[in-house]
Amino acid sequence: MTELTDLGVAAIREGVAKGDFTAVEVAGAFNAAVAEAQDALNAFITLTPEKALEAAAAVDADRAAGKPLGKMAGVPIGMKDLFATTGTRTTAASNILGNFVPPYESTVSQKLWDAGAGMLGKLNLDQFAMGSSNETSAFGNVISPWRREGSEAQLAPGGSSGGSSAAVSARIAPAATGTDTGGSIRQPAAFTGISGIKPTYGRCSRWGIVAFASSLDQAGPMARDVRDCAIMLEAMAGFDPKDSTSLDMPVPEWEASLNADLRGKKVGIPREYRMDGMDADVARVWDEGIAWLKDAGAEIVDINLAHTKYALPAYYIIAPAEASSNLARYDGVRYGLRDLPQGAGLQDMYAATRAAGFGAEVKRRIMIGTYVLSAGFYDAYYTQAQKVRTLISRDFMDAFQTVDVILAPTAPTAAFGLGEMVSDPLAMYLNDVFAVPASLAGLPAMSVPAGLDRQGLPLGLQLIGRPFDEQGVLDAGLAIEARAAFTARPAKWW
Amino acid sequence: MSDYRIQGATGEWEVVIGLEVHAQISTQAKLFSGAATAFGAEPNTQVSLVDAAMPGMLPVPNMECIRQAVRTGLAINAQINKWSRFDRKNYFYADLPQGYQISQLYHPIVGEGAIEVQLDDKNPESTKTIGIERIHVEQDAGKLMHDQHPTMSYVDLNRSGVALMEIVSRPDMRSPAEAGAYLSKLRTILRYVGSCDGNMDQGSMRADVNVSVRRPGEPFGTRTETKNVNSVRFVMAVVEQEAKRQVALLEDGGKVVQETRLYDPDRNETRSMRSKEDAHDYRYFPDPDLLPVELDDAFVEECRASLPELPDAKRHRYETALGLSAYNAGVLTAEVETSRWFEALLAASAAKQGKPEGEVAKQAANWLTSELFGALNKLGKGLAESPVSPEAGGELLALVGKGTISGSAAKQVLEKMLETGDAPGVIVEREGLTQTSDTGAIEAAVDAVLAANADKVAQYKGGKEALFGFFVGQTMKAMQGKGNPQLVNEVLKAKLA
Repeated sequence: MTELTDLGVAAIREGVAKGDFTAVEVAGAFNAAVAEAQDALNAFITLTPEKALEAAAAVDADRAAGKPLGKMAGVPIGMKDLFATTGTRTTAASNILGNFVPPYESTVSQKLWDAGAGMLGKLNLDQFAMGSSNETSAFGNVISPWRREGSEAQLAPGGSSGGSSAAVSARIAPAATGTDTGGSIRQPAAFTGISGIKPTYGRCSRWGIVAFASSLDQAGPMARDVRDCAIMLEAMAGFDPKDSTSLDMPVPEWEASLNADLRGKKVGIPREYRMDGMDADVARVWDEGIAWLKDAGAEIVDINLAHTKYALPAYYIIAPAEASSNLARYDGVRYGLRDLPQGAGLQDMYAATRAAGFGAEVKRRIMIGTYVLSAGFYDAYYTQAQKVRTLISRDFMDAFQTVDVILAPTAPTAAFGLGEMVSDPLAMYLNDVFAVPASLAGLPAMSVPAGLDRQGLPLGLQLIGRPFDEQGVLDAGLAIEARAAFTARPAKWW
Repeated sequence: MSDYRIQGATGEWEVVIGLEVHAQISTQAKLFSGAATAFGAEPNTQVSLVDAAMPGMLPVPNMECIRQAVRTGLAINAQINKWSRFDRKNYFYADLPQGYQISQLYHPIVGEGAIEVQLDDKNPESTKTIGIERIHVEQDAGKLMHDQHPTMSYVDLNRSGVALMEIVSRPDMRSPAEAGAYLSKLRTILRYVGSCDGNMDQGSMRADVNVSVRRPGEPFGTRTETKNVNSVRFVMAVVEQEAKRQVALLEDGGKVVQETRLYDPDRNETRSMRSKEDAHDYRYFPDPDLLPVELDDAFVEECRASLPELPDAKRHRYETALGLSAYNAGVLTAEVETSRWFEALLAASAAKQGKPEGEVAKQAANWLTSELFGALNKLGKGLAESPVSPEAGGELLALVGKGTISGSAAKQVLEKMLETGDAPGVIVEREGLTQTSDTGAIEAAVDAVLAANADKVAQYKGGKEALFGFFVGQTMKAMQGKGNPQLVNEVLKAKLA
């Protein structure tokens, strides 16, 4: 029999449905893989093997009873620890929510359970999803299963969905949820040689996801390949009356409609993304991607996204501004950490609680956000950034007059080593440079693995589509996947 | 124009007043959550996950609150903004779970409007128009309880997230009376519209009072804002005290500081709460969890069509169509409950008499404002607790109108109705109060009275016409008060002619 942990979403679903193996066997195999890898990779904050088994047993029982099975039936997944899960602590990788056990389930996780998925555990992440390396987690950083050729240096799995990327690429989970605010699904997917899609803003309900930046946050799947992403996104997406920004549109049948034939399609190549001093491997993979899409029948068109260079500064104003307000609720009054020094008043309690509860990066962003919203600075920063955001959206809309999908690198480099960037937050922020524009415009965007760099580390290519056109993004991703023939996987060292 | 002036040591001062009224929207559910809003519930029993600002919770606007704000805007002839947006007002306090209040700073739902107030209820000419700058919708905060524990404060989140309208006036008022009249009129309109119950003692309506003083004709002075004043009387007191305080300060060579103050009703004085220097920087920005509120014409028209007849229109109709005095029209429309009671009374009375309402309206208005109000007043009851229903009142008025009982008998019947709750017809029957309109009986009684008082008849005929009342009285007495007074008059006049 095949190693069960080598299987992805589609293969598990089909195997369970056909009776090649039971869902409980699958859950057991992944539970064991998770347990074996946990100390080395630190991909999970909380393990829930019993939840995985329980869901699997229910699927097996349904199958035995001849009941119809859901889209994710029998698939155990990792749940980013930003999604509230009833009765299972939900930490956002922070101290302030370190022992927080929600009495409610996020809409997206509930939809996955309803589709027959089970939970292996809660995945590690950058604290409050703020980071690109997973080093801001209060539960210790995730270690990438990948290593440079001939090196044992620990690498970043990307962030903020670094637990998700590490788990999927290490084959300890067939798929995982991620959230993407400024690249937090796509960049870690690229760093670890897996696929991940951030759908159009509003496709997945934000209800029950610990908020970072409300106007940008979007959940999405991270999985081995494009088809698995399509399956899982179908299970996650859908209108939710509890989220005012949720899209009131039917969920398309992305999986059934997958089509790698791109004849008649136009693919835009944004000039502005080709920067001076670009990593040679990244540039090479991008050129290969262009050739593959041409081979799939697409016409390649050069496009301008003139305001790209302002995207990162605008993002680092808007996201912290929203975060500074979103994180005000963690005050020690109602739930979560409370630090109440002897004889302290309310202000002292706030100060002590938040000082102990938030990590350095979270504090930095709260301070940046507070600053840019302050009287006298608001117009110069926040208002200006919103104008930039509008211009960036307009750039994309203009481009989509001509092209159907845009191809660009996902990240400017392959995975970096842990500790290499922590002392320079700006350098870390630059890692999001290609990811952030699509986030600001709310567009669907995905990363697919495209090749390895000279050190043997994965590189991803990014596809950006029109609003609501996840299908176009997935189809182009599938065309690349078919030609890149990316089969590399991390050698098991744990 | 107001001639209210404060006489300072150095001359006259004029006071300038603007009010920001917070009115709780009368809805079953909160502004952004489904939690209930009943007053007086056990602490923390009306709190949803959203109200407690649990991680990942999101606000969803309650369209009924939006609707009530639009209806209120239409009732003050204000501009309705079809595109409005919610902003976050950020500050930390233990009664504010989110760490921000969702409000509308930049794009309120209702723009400029105005209401007309009457300063002297006896003088319909004494009106003044007070401008309203805007109405916006926002969340209320929770409540801290400091008396539950020796060293800790407790928080009750029942009120957290309840929908408020903030109704901001222009600085158009110039005296305590104008401020009082404005607040009363605003409350009347809100109650008519049904968008707020106006119960200031329960905190569902409260005012922030902005006061400054100046020499008449000079530019505005620096203002202070006295927060959360919860009665019309206190608002008037705040204006008076605060104006006096500012004048004294300025005449002493001091300066008014822009600050937030609190009113202490026990001492009848305002006290500084915080100055502008330590004011919060609220870091307002558009709430990214919420889409802009976009209203279409059909929605606004539906709101308009749902409005009841408003106090000014009703009052005008009472005067013109029903022929009521300006005073009665004013009294009967001042509270929506009073006008509803009056209209039910009028309908019952007209139906029982088989007459158009216009013909019996004055009778009904006079009886309600003088007889019933007076009687209830003695009992210490309001109209809502009246033992007499509008239908019973209508029956009583019909008995008088049809001549079955006299006006004076009607007073007796009302007393019995208040005592026993019995129907007027039953009381009239039981007490034998039916008046007689039998001309023969009246003539016999008149003849007897005239015969017994020949001397007075002579005096009367000699020019002492004031004696007519004496003959009426004697006749009524002879008939035990049951003679139809009009017929008694007629018969007497004929016999004495």
